[in-house]
Amino acid sequence: MLEVKNLHVSVGGRKILDGLNLTVKDGEVAAIMGPNGTGKSTLSYVIAGREDYEVEEGEVLLDGVNILEMDATERANAGVFLAFQYPLEIPGVATMTFLKAALNAQARAKGQGELQTPEFMKKVREAAQKLGVAQDMLKRPLNVGFSGGEKKRMEILQMALLQPKIGILDETDSGLDIDALRIVADGVNALRAQDRSFLVITHYQRLLDYIKPDTVHVMARGKIARTGGPELALELEKSGYAAFTGEAA
Amino acid sequence: MAAVKETVDRVKAIDVDAYKYGFVTDIESEKAPKGLNEDIVRFISAKKNEPEWMTEWRLDAYRRWLTMDEPTWARVEYPKIDFQDLYYYAAPKSMAGPKSLDEVDPELLRTYEKLGIPLREQEILAGVQNSRVAVDAVFDSVSVATTFRAELAKAGVIFCPISEAVHSHPELVKKYLGSVVPVTDNYYATLNSAVFSDGSFVYIPPGVRCPMELSTYFRINERNTGQFERTLIIADAGSYVSYLEGCTAPQRDENQLHAAVVELIAHEDAEIKYSTVQNWFPGDAEGKGGIYNFVTKRGDCRGDRSKISWTQVETGSAITWKYPSCILRGDESRGEFYSIAISNGRQQVDSGTKMIHLGKNTTSRIISKGISAGRSNNTYRGQVSAHRKATGARNFTNCDSLLIGHDCGAHTVPYIESKNASAVFEHEATTSKISEDQLFYCTQRGLSEEEATALIVNGFVRDVLQQLPMEFAVEAQKLIAISLEGSVG
Repeated sequence: MLEVKNLHVSVGGRKILDGLNLTVKDGEVAAIMGPNGTGKSTLSYVIAGREDYEVEEGEVLLDGVNILEMDATERANAGVFLAFQYPLEIPGVATMTFLKAALNAQARAKGQGELQTPEFMKKVREAAQKLGVAQDMLKRPLNVGFSGGEKKRMEILQMALLQPKIGILDETDSGLDIDALRIVADGVNALRAQDRSFLVITHYQRLLDYIKPDTVHVMARGKIARTGGPELALELEKSGYAAFTGEAA
Repeated sequence: MAAVKETVDRVKAIDVDAYKYGFVTDIESEKAPKGLNEDIVRFISAKKNEPEWMTEWRLDAYRRWLTMDEPTWARVEYPKIDFQDLYYYAAPKSMAGPKSLDEVDPELLRTYEKLGIPLREQEILAGVQNSRVAVDAVFDSVSVATTFRAELAKAGVIFCPISEAVHSHPELVKKYLGSVVPVTDNYYATLNSAVFSDGSFVYIPPGVRCPMELSTYFRINERNTGQFERTLIIADAGSYVSYLEGCTAPQRDENQLHAAVVELIAHEDAEIKYSTVQNWFPGDAEGKGGIYNFVTKRGDCRGDRSKISWTQVETGSAITWKYPSCILRGDESRGEFYSIAISNGRQQVDSGTKMIHLGKNTTSRIISKGISAGRSNNTYRGQVSAHRKATGARNFTNCDSLLIGHDCGAHTVPYIESKNASAVFEHEATTSKISEDQLFYCTQRGLSEEEATALIVNGFVRDVLQQLPMEFAVEAQKLIAISLEGSVG
């Protein structure tokens, strides 16, 4: 279970999150919607442990443990996964090499032995096939020259291999055509499990047609302005965010 | 800033620990008196029982050296070296020239074991058959053991200490020594010519493909001792050899001087592949101690269609001043230079290559990857030139620099000279920084910052690592990770 309590965050003196509260239960898929510049990506970065954000107040608890005291590596090993809006390119590092390094790092952190190469290859190939990731892509340097859709699929592939407790999808739908969107959504849906929760950050209802959320939160001006069921997303689709930005202002 | 301080502290702690070859071997040694004069040169020559012509060659070099000045054009800074305050010869006392490995001081064998270099052939034979490497081990000023000589001799390959070659193959030494790097080439090469004590000699007869990798490991052990080794490799027509040198030294507070000369000669259709993994002690975090590495390496593609390829992984030394070069004399000859130079702490690197195109349709390729971290400075200095008769000369140069942190520097100084209108020279250069975003992306997947940095750097240097012989590529990859420990802030 992920609990964000009274989170205040600023960057370079500018307040971004202003007393945000949020709970995502085990097995729950929570969507966060909201206009641009309202702090949705900041929330995902702060949970994942990116530096340069000043946490002034509040807690982020993963199964009761305050992860704000951990660095990004420790959080990842504790089960936090962030699917990046703009996945980074790592020139010269074959995708397969990167996946192996990540998987082994997490295995070591959990006190498990590293995977044997044949076992690892098999695992990656299976997961790749499900996501329509071509085998030759695994040999190419990570994300270098990948299309937008390929990059997003690669994020989901990593999530499938790392099996996190909480998967945060930051605008995963941006830049995807409808076919790619469906593949990515199917990948996420296949990972839904009783002990895994998701935080799906998006502008548009479109993604939520494919990844059906249990809860929808509307974020405005650094906090959760309204919480509801899936119908809230449909309502926003019609009326837009004006009411919230107005209400908050 | 607390974060900066923490980083500095970590670098301090790690730099010293990370140099795992920093031990000193307690071996009684015999040294020449401190300082340099004609008597010392004669002393060294006498120690080696050298013939008159060799002694004269050295004395000639010494006299010329006296008239020369230390070069100052490199982007490196260090206090003036007192050449009279050094020992020019040190030999383990027990070494009266071993006949077999059984006569080698066990303490020395243990030293090489610590370095991970097995000198006992049976041990190598008992291990992986595929990774057999013939080794010449040079400890301070003398060669202590050369392995697999009998087997190499069957193929006609000569692989022995150069001090021995002077006696056993004087005609070859006379013909080739100083023929690529002349006695008067430069200050350090001239000094080396006067006082060089040992090194490896390799001769591959016509048409022979050397049946195994040849390798020399250099170790400086004694305090205040300069190491001046001399390597001479001749690949006769149509032959092939792959050679690797590795270097380590103990951790000392004072600087140690290493001024080597390497000469390669490739005849018609011959190929020499020369790889270096240089891991001399780099000095501590404040820049105290470490090796001054002033080395002259040059290959002569003397015959048509000959090829010389330099690959280097440079992680050690306080100061590196080194430009492995190729003279492309034969028509259609080819020179290659692949380099990874990593500097951390207060290391200073000024390194690169020269490709001198003299023959027709000669080609050369330079791939240089410089990585600077800590407060180090890393300069690529390269020269590509085409003589007016070098019709159809081609060069491709790619120089990439990667910066880690905010206090280091990367510089690229290419000199390009073409006297032939048909020459085509291409030069590409990039400078990049490991971005915070890349590091965050990797750590978000569970890698530590150091693992992430090593992974990104290994990606950056991949083109060059692929050029190294298999056995050493893995070693080099580990070495890169160790050199960069504590460089992330």
